[in-house]
Amino acid sequence: MSDTKKMKVTYEVAPGDFERAGEASSGIKRLLQRIGIPAEVIRRIAIGTYEAEMNVIIHAGGGIVTAEISPDSTVIIVSDKGPGIADIELAKQEGWSTAPDYVRQMGFGAGMGLPNMIKCSDKLDIVSVVNQGTQITMLFYHVDKESK
Amino acid sequence: MSGGYFHSVRLKGSACIGCVTCVKYCPTEAIRVRNGKAIILAARCIDCGECIRRCPHHAKVAVMDNLSEMRKYKYNIILPPPSLYAQFPPEIKMEAIWQGLRDLGFDEIFDVSASSEYVSAEIESYVKNYQDGPRPLISSACPAVLRLIQVKFPELIKQVVPILSPAEAAAIYIKEEVVKRGEYSPEQVGIWFVAPCPAKGSNIRQAVDVNSTAITGAFSISKIYGEICRVLKEDANFSDWQDHVTTGSSYGMGWGAAGGEARAAGLNNVLIVHGVDEAYEVLEQISMNKMHDVDYVECSACYGGCLGGPLTAVNKFVAEKNLKQRVRSMRENEPVSRKETLAKSMRCENFPVSSQAVKQLVPRPMMQLDEDIVVAMKKFEKMEEVLSSLPGLDCGACGAPTCQCLAEDIVQGKAHETDCIFKLRASVKKLAQGMLDLAEQIPISGRQAKPSHKEDKNENK
Repeated sequence: MSDTKKMKVTYEVAPGDFERAGEASSGIKRLLQRIGIPAEVIRRIAIGTYEAEMNVIIHAGGGIVTAEISPDSTVIIVSDKGPGIADIELAKQEGWSTAPDYVRQMGFGAGMGLPNMIKCSDKLDIVSVVNQGTQITMLFYHVDKESK
Repeated sequence: MSGGYFHSVRLKGSACIGCVTCVKYCPTEAIRVRNGKAIILAARCIDCGECIRRCPHHAKVAVMDNLSEMRKYKYNIILPPPSLYAQFPPEIKMEAIWQGLRDLGFDEIFDVSASSEYVSAEIESYVKNYQDGPRPLISSACPAVLRLIQVKFPELIKQVVPILSPAEAAAIYIKEEVVKRGEYSPEQVGIWFVAPCPAKGSNIRQAVDVNSTAITGAFSISKIYGEICRVLKEDANFSDWQDHVTTGSSYGMGWGAAGGEARAAGLNNVLIVHGVDEAYEVLEQISMNKMHDVDYVECSACYGGCLGGPLTAVNKFVAEKNLKQRVRSMRENEPVSRKETLAKSMRCENFPVSSQAVKQLVPRPMMQLDEDIVVAMKKFEKMEEVLSSLPGLDCGACGAPTCQCLAEDIVQGKAHETDCIFKLRASVKKLAQGMLDLAEQIPISGRQAKPSHKEDKNENK
């Protein structure tokens, strides 16, 4: 596919800024609505992106969210230079969390971040190096999962 | 433009001064001011009536039926909702209001409070038996919320309970009953709703939740309230007409106010949301899966529920007080438990079940810039570019609610950059500068010419 049929948007996620949490995911959501992606797919992308965005805010001291959109799929790349994930398989389990208490008191950090991202996306890759950072790549096909 | 979509909310052009108040308050950005008058973009309008409520010039009106329409039918039944009773202080007995409706020419009364109880029972069992699907379930009672879901949250359609609205259920039931009695054919029976809002009026002309409605038409509450006040007698002699009235208990009556639906259905893990902005916000949160541990969301587009409808007569707080006092006095004569009260009240046989009539909502997405994704992407990029050149003040002077909307209208060829007064000012300035420059280049005769510094200036350019 030629590049003229692709578009890319990038959002910076500020560290520890819960007030602005969700700006990247809602921006991407609005964009996808504008270009006419099925509503059910947008919902999955928005939820997956929001979870990743929250992880960056909670754990990593900020990062970058990029959406690469082509007519039949969207790729969300969330990268940070945070502490990294020591045991990725453990992090994929529901309920496993390293979020500090103050974050849990705000209603976040229930250990559902990665599991939710996996549930929402069609494919998910994590590259993480301890003390260097994490990059999560989520692929979403623009096809309603339930009608497949 | 609308694909033939019917709307009750209309503009009275002569009264509109193009002030953009409605444009600013419209929850779906469905209004623009063009050539000094507001226009409604039919594809986006959800008939919530927010513009009717907000317009300081009363230029927004709802198209409702007139009482004279009744003459076309031999047997007329009226469906008064709790919000109609809430217009009257509790000292005014129900019988007096019924007598008033009888004097207006209605042959029978079926209170929406009665059908609400069957609907409540359906909601209760649907919510309790709901297993695997996404949560929370969303009430289907407010047609403006249903329309909001169609245009802005189509992903939530599956979470709307497939249950008839109380007025529709009442109409289906009573029409069949009357026809069964054998005196009238279906065409001779007129069934009239008293609507607190234009959305309920629209839903009769173009139902979103049933294939075809059994309701003949709707009058506004304010109209019927005024008519009843005109004929109201304190002492209604009513004994000869008792069997022409079907009414509900305090639980059905309570449906008129926000929270009444959940209470009648005996649901505890619920969220009560009212007001169109709040409805919008909660739907957004539901879409983001933040509400999955709630069973049911009772959601209405008006503050105060139907009592706050734009076509009601008295203030919503006065109405709320009236309704609560009426419910309280009804409660005094009822069994203590909800179940017993409802069992005693629900005496209609063969009340219709929703699955016979209800249809799933159809998405009516309005956000996409083009049918073709690639074209839409291009338009989006162009829109962002236009937006970055606009002042970002969202002043509304261009006739669009925000700079973002103007950017969209420009990209869609429906508006021009100079509709923005700041852009226009810049253009005028540029044009004036250009004219000045040109004026200076007009050749003049040697006699007029003075040796001057102007030549130097031109050279400098």
